[in-house]
Amino acid sequence: MKGFAVRKKLEEVKKQGKKAFIPYIMAGDPSLEETARRLKLLSEAGADLIELGVPFTDPLADGPTIQRAAERALKSGTTLRKILNFLNEIKEEITTPIILMTYLNPVFCYGIEKFFKDAKEAKVAGVIFPDLTVEESEKYRTFAGKYCIDTIFLVAPTSTSERVKKIVKASTGFVYYVSITGITGSQLKLDNTFMEHIDFVKSLGKPVCVGFGVSKPEEASYVAQFADGVIVGSAIVKVFHETPEKALNFIKSLREAI
Amino acid sequence: MGKRKGYFGEYGGCFVPETLMPALEELEKAFYRAKIDKNFNEEFESLLKDYVGRPTPLYFAQRLTEHLGGAKIYLKREDLAHTGAHKINNALGQALLAKRLMKKQRIIAETGAGQHGVATATGAALVGLSCDIYMGTEDIRRQKLNVFRMNLLGANVISVDTGSKTLKDAINEALRDWTTNVRTTHYVLGTVFGPHPYPLLVRYFQSIIGREAKKQIIQKEGKLPHCLIACVGGGSNSIGLFSAFLKDNVKMIGVEAGGKGIQTGFHAARFAGGAKGIFQGCLSYVLEDEDGNILETHSVSAGLDYASVGPEHAYLRDTGRVIYTYATDEEALEAFELLSRLEGIIPALESAHALAEAIKIAPKMSKDSIIIVNLSGRGDKDVQEVARIKGISL
Ligand SMILES: Cc1ncc(COP(=O)(O)O)c(C=O)c1O
Repeated sequence: MKGFAVRKKLEEVKKQGKKAFIPYIMAGDPSLEETARRLKLLSEAGADLIELGVPFTDPLADGPTIQRAAERALKSGTTLRKILNFLNEIKEEITTPIILMTYLNPVFCYGIEKFFKDAKEAKVAGVIFPDLTVEESEKYRTFAGKYCIDTIFLVAPTSTSERVKKIVKASTGFVYYVSITGITGSQLKLDNTFMEHIDFVKSLGKPVCVGFGVSKPEEASYVAQFADGVIVGSAIVKVFHETPEKALNFIKSLREAI
Repeated sequence: MGKRKGYFGEYGGCFVPETLMPALEELEKAFYRAKIDKNFNEEFESLLKDYVGRPTPLYFAQRLTEHLGGAKIYLKREDLAHTGAHKINNALGQALLAKRLMKKQRIIAETGAGQHGVATATGAALVGLSCDIYMGTEDIRRQKLNVFRMNLLGANVISVDTGSKTLKDAINEALRDWTTNVRTTHYVLGTVFGPHPYPLLVRYFQSIIGREAKKQIIQKEGKLPHCLIACVGGGSNSIGLFSAFLKDNVKMIGVEAGGKGIQTGFHAARFAGGAKGIFQGCLSYVLEDEDGNILETHSVSAGLDYASVGPEHAYLRDTGRVIYTYATDEEALEAFELLSRLEGIIPALESAHALAEAIKIAPKMSKDSIIIVNLSGRGDKDVQEVARIKGISL
């Protein structure tokens, strides 16, 4: 498939009158072989896109659940380099587009252009860098464009309308709306100002998916009412780690709720 | 300064989660307002004078000078500032900024040696803000005295048990807290590091050190010094001293923590052992592996035990304006004892790194040359740890 697969996938989902389900898992937690199994499981359980985390020693936007997953992944020797090789090997088997979520330093050390080139080779569909602000993003977006990889930027409840406009413009796949001021795994609390704010973001014309704090099917179903897609991270990482036998049913229940 | 906002050459920038960006924009505005706000500056300066005890003296260390038999050594006595280190200049400035110009209710900070935590807790008590301090459990162990002081000052010390359990992990937790409570809370970052505008903001509040030192040395000696030496953790006491002399013909040396030696891997010498990287808000030199993960650090001195360094230092190093070297734990401990014996001044272990460099170079310099060493803090906080290292139970 030629690039910009995230955008295409979301258009497809929309045409079917559906909302996208976007689960997150950490690559290499606890090993890359297990990651391959989990990717297939997520795909079969109806994920439209999959966010795949790259472990980093200092994940400052993440809560304890994902931080510990990163520690397990690092312990198993997982690096960005290995993840890209791994994706290259399994790219024919997984049809669900994959979005890499990585802090900037692994990419910076890998080489920015080389990263996008190799990511393209491995059929990575999109990227999310939680510590890349839109102000610093020009170089990254240029290479993303060159290699047809979607860039997904985050909007926070604190983002001013001026910032929201810049962020939406820079996002090519979708806009990632962070539902709470906080880190991943925090509790979901949505109020009226949130509704107004997300309506404003949506009014700018790009697909908006909501994440951070969604951990139950009821929450997913609620969020799906006003978002184009729902992202579930910590809750999925947790179920895979603590009660893997329940993972499939849990993921299916999320899928059905959305 | 580079042409791009918040950059020093290619270093600096602003790499944080979007949730924090509006707060950083607000802080930047408040900072630029503060710089030209007469009331704010008057209040700050009057506090520096009557509360902090500035100007701190520039002391001629005669016995140390005679002992080394070379350059004249002056000590800029930040150890005599209220709370015992230069950290108070910045903490007070930011507490005032948070209260007066940003109307925040709460401040948070990270601390390694505990000096910045104590300074922030002091600032919070003074202006009446609630205060939480993040500190790694390893640093809590090493700096018990400062933990107790923070508690006395009404601050809550939150222990951080992740990663290396030191400064970088405390910064991660402080950033997470700030992300969660950004609307009501100001984060008092303790050094010239992190996302824009912190490196500029902290330099602004610390630049008083260099301005005073320049005036004082000209009064005492009628000329500029030949060399300035300061330790470099994040780099705030050194930038504070250096900033007033950058355009002058004065040699400058920044001293990092060499720990057990660069080859051992147990150190915090970012320039000797690190590479370029993006970490905790900015692009600078970082101790990292080839995959971009951050390495653990080691130093006998908690305040230098950090994986990255202020972006302005990276720039000053590339341009050759400042020379960066390191002192090992052992050298710092020797300097710690030497200054105590010869001058009756127990220096902070951080400052002892700067002294160790002076001890190395002064004997090779002529007797009419002048070195100013920034004595960034006093060693009371370190005596227990030094006793432990020497196997003495107190
Ligand atoms: C006494 C003292 N000196 C120096 C430092 C190092 O910090 P910086 O390089 O920012 O001055 C610290 C940090 O805690 C300190 O407490």
